Amino acid sequence: MATFDASKLNFQFMKYRKLLVGISLVCILLSIGLLFTKGLNLGVDFTGGLVLQVEFDNPVEVGSVRAALSKIGHGNATIQAFDDRDILLRFQAEDDDVRKAVLAALSSDIGPYKVLRIDKIGPVVGNELRAQATYSLLLAIAGILLYMAYRFRFRFGAVAVLSLVHDVIIMLGVYSLTGKEVSVTFIAAILTVAGYSLNDSIVVLDRIRENWGQVRAKGIVALVDNSINQTLSRTINTSITTLLPVIAMYIFGGEVISNFAFAFLIGITVGTYSSVYIASSALVEWYLRSPKY
Amino acid sequence: MLKRDKWRLFVVIAVVIIAAVVAYPIKGKVRLGLDLRGGVHIVLQAKGTPENPLTADSLERLLVVLRTRIDQYGIAEPVIQREGEDRIAVDLPGVEDPEAALDLIGRTAVLQFRQVLGESPRVPAQPIRSNYESDEQFQTAQERWNRAREEVDLYIKQMEEAVKGNPELLVAKSESGSAYLLGKQYVGGGDLTKAETNFDQFGKAAVSLQFNAEGAKLFDEATAANIGKQIAIVLDDMVISAPVVQQRISGGEAQITGSFTTAEANRLAIMLRAGALPVSVEVLENRSVGPTLGADSIHEGVKSGLIGAALVVVFMVVYYGMLGIAADIALGVAMLLVVAALIALKSTLTLPGIGGMILTIGMAVDGNILIYERMKEEFRSGKTIMAALDTGFRKALVVILDSNITTLIASAILFYFGSGPIRGFAVTLSIGVVASVFCNTLVTRTLLGIALSARKNHTL
Repeated sequence: MATFDASKLNFQFMKYRKLLVGISLVCILLSIGLLFTKGLNLGVDFTGGLVLQVEFDNPVEVGSVRAALSKIGHGNATIQAFDDRDILLRFQAEDDDVRKAVLAALSSDIGPYKVLRIDKIGPVVGNELRAQATYSLLLAIAGILLYMAYRFRFRFGAVAVLSLVHDVIIMLGVYSLTGKEVSVTFIAAILTVAGYSLNDSIVVLDRIRENWGQVRAKGIVALVDNSINQTLSRTINTSITTLLPVIAMYIFGGEVISNFAFAFLIGITVGTYSSVYIASSALVEWYLRSPKY
Repeated sequence: MLKRDKWRLFVVIAVVIIAAVVAYPIKGKVRLGLDLRGGVHIVLQAKGTPENPLTADSLERLLVVLRTRIDQYGIAEPVIQREGEDRIAVDLPGVEDPEAALDLIGRTAVLQFRQVLGESPRVPAQPIRSNYESDEQFQTAQERWNRAREEVDLYIKQMEEAVKGNPELLVAKSESGSAYLLGKQYVGGGDLTKAETNFDQFGKAAVSLQFNAEGAKLFDEATAANIGKQIAIVLDDMVISAPVVQQRISGGEAQITGSFTTAEANRLAIMLRAGALPVSVEVLENRSVGPTLGADSIHEGVKSGLIGAALVVVFMVVYYGMLGIAADIALGVAMLLVVAALIALKSTLTLPGIGGMILTIGMAVDGNILIYERMKEEFRSGKTIMAALDTGFRKALVVILDSNITTLIASAILFYFGSGPIRGFAVTLSIGVVASVFCNTLVTRTLLGIALSARKNHTL
């Protein structure tokens, strides 16, 4: 069977560690900068508000929908058209009068429709969901850190969690940059990526641990390079097999699933890179500065 | 075949058979979340006022009122439950018109004591199979009952037609299915100060009422005019009781007696209190999905899942050959286990849950990849193929467990903090992780053990 033999690979990954870690640092700083300046496009889950998805019986123009909404003082609503009849509307206010006024205006000005979806989140719930999301993210990272500290030596656990934090920050940065909506499902995706992005780090770190006996003879850089090369086909293949269904979801999954898949797409890609570069480079630099295990 | 392999094979076959029996036929067995089947999810905040503060009892009253209204509306499998101290979550599957449901639930309870002008015929009790000797007899009884019910419904329709346009009159159904023609209101819920269960002199459960001064006066007049006749107690346009007035009641204290069980009396008392001290509610959260959108979501989810699975299956065969086929079979078993576990645990499949399942497809073969790459290394270092198989599985197992446990930690936290749809995702993801570890380590191991022992000298 023709497969490429991973044992003969010998890329010198660590040679470029300073460059790539530098790039990562820049990305992280940019992400943090974006988060503080542009911020995230928080969906109604977190801000409170109203989302209405309606399907009109006849094709409509977004312009006429906006005109109808402007008439009742809701011209600033976000309007998104999935096709010529299926329209999604977002409002900041969520009280029942807004919903009733909007639905009444749509039926009188535009025509008959069916309500496909209503999402109404009060500000109290929005704040609660935001707190929950933050807690769960911090708790997940803490839980994973504890587990890694228990299973691996402290340094290994620390660099794995470092690469995970790197992934999470960059995911948030990408969402800030693209202005994609952050909903509770995005939080679910981020937590899953946090759990999953460790997989590749664990594979590499486990191999470094296994090869650790040669650290004196070969030096840390060669040892880490060898370990990455030995596990490279695993790292790549596990990421490919996970990305394949994620890409299928992104393309064919419909609105909600597609948004969900986008977060995985970013997270898994960044996670694969960071498990090769961030965790290992951090370990190498740490060892070079203080050569302990 | 080694003895150990036989045992493995036995376990795998047993698990697959059990899973298949649980999951087949799949139609209608997986419990779908509201985002997939369509329906209304509402979280209500009960609001107290200084003169009517929130207590355990007021929330209990609210729950009873909501249940009664929703039952009246005829929704199958509603879920109405308390959330925390002062919130109530209501799930109404299959409701097409969220507006109507909101109107129904968001209202404040209204209690009235009204004049009874007439009553429709009552619907007889529904026949029970065990009372009949044959299926045919039961069938005829059932048809007879259906006809009787239709007649009553028709009668009620005519009553409703007759009162149209007359605001003084109201046709209100009772819980037994008959309807009352009601005249003017004698007393309103605001004048009722107390409603409690107690026991009459014969030890039978009864409900005692107490009115304020205004209510006592009105009730006195009402009872004086209706001796020997019924007065209807109406909560939210539903007749909850229509006791016959035995005598004129002047002191403002009345007692409803009858053939109550204690539970029935308690329920009536709670409903009376609900109307006397109504709790108003605010809709905190409302997520409603129409059935067509839900059906579309399922369709798109299944489509992307199948495409994703096909891509993974092909990738594994192209890259790993025979080993890939074993991994693909294990993947199939893993998905079967996920579905069977969802059914057996009675978990709800939500739209993010479908996402979790599809993600599992990709993550399930990860374990196989780790094992196979390890096997290749061992084989290259000069081990026999069976030894490589053994060592490969043993050494990869630790890594597989480590990496899956971190995913489980994340999904446990999601389950704890998340609500509805996100919980569905956490559940499918966790089940998926456990099922894939089982399939990676046991199913693939068994398949390869059998296949490779037959062709000892082959390469990987």
